[in-house]
Amino acid sequence: MAAIYSLYIINKSGGLIYYKDYGSSGRMDTNDSLRVASLWHSMHAISQQLSPVSGCAGIELLQADTFDLHCFQSLTGTKFFVVCEPGTQYMETLLKFVYELYTDYVLKNPFYEMEMPIRCELFDINLTQAVQKDRVAFLGR
Amino acid sequence: MAPVAPRSGDAIFANVERVNAELFTLTYGAIVRQLLTDLEEVDEVNKQLDQMGYNIGIRLIDEFLAKSNVSRCVDFRETTDVIAKVGFKMFLGVTASVANWDADGTCCSIILEDNPLVDFVELPDNCQGLYYCNILSGVIRGALEMVSMKTEVTWIRDVLRGDDAFELQVKLLKQVPEEYPYKDDE
Repeated sequence: MAAIYSLYIINKSGGLIYYKDYGSSGRMDTNDSLRVASLWHSMHAISQQLSPVSGCAGIELLQADTFDLHCFQSLTGTKFFVVCEPGTQYMETLLKFVYELYTDYVLKNPFYEMEMPIRCELFDINLTQAVQKDRVAFLGR
Repeated sequence: MAPVAPRSGDAIFANVERVNAELFTLTYGAIVRQLLTDLEEVDEVNKQLDQMGYNIGIRLIDEFLAKSNVSRCVDFRETTDVIAKVGFKMFLGVTASVANWDADGTCCSIILEDNPLVDFVELPDNCQGLYYCNILSGVIRGALEMVSMKTEVTWIRDVLRGDDAFELQVKLLKQVPEEYPYKDDE
């Protein structure tokens, strides 16, 4: 069973509002994760412009030798992306599910300020459960 | 992965957690009452309700998109249709209809036959200027702003003021393009 390395959420202006790494490979310090987030935000925007397909919504999957990067952007501009072992399945479903968790446990928290870093314990707990390997496989069914 | 089909308002409404309708209605009533006590002026209360609705709307839109699986609407007509058929059903359990389109398709009315917010409400004489459900117009305005549509939402008809239905006029002012500014001077 393939593993998830890390998960990022970027707000619509490109700021990293959530970062979590799982396991030892691909671990990054705070500066690096911020850098990845803003790089990805810009690349995503540029890819929309460069794409030969009209109405392109940006990169959805980046495949590299050592990792896959799956990205989901909501219609409101928030981006969710996950870095995982090459060939990991059901990542689109997982990202959709993370979006739902975000709407439930982050946006509905009256003390969460929009566009700011996410510090919500309930979100953390539910996310941890969702990312557990057997749960991801379950989502795919 | 195959795109997931949009879900109907009924299907979502059946699946989300709900609270007792009476609790909801009474809570909203208590809020309006408290605002009237605090702000004294009816106009100020209208403004405050609209602002509260706006704050709800900018957050609620994401839940709507996440749970309904609707994709990008092609035009404003489709947008208002989705609000009336899916949005109202999902969050309030009622369906609304869309009518009174203007010629260029930027202004229409959302008509609510049934409105759970007003189940026990009678407007007293000293509150005649109050738009009791003004929070709803704020919600729609806030939600649409997050998907780059600037709108103006106003009440045309209000059962509490003696009309036969609730009618909200939604007017599209500006569609903000989602592209990033590429020039330095923008």
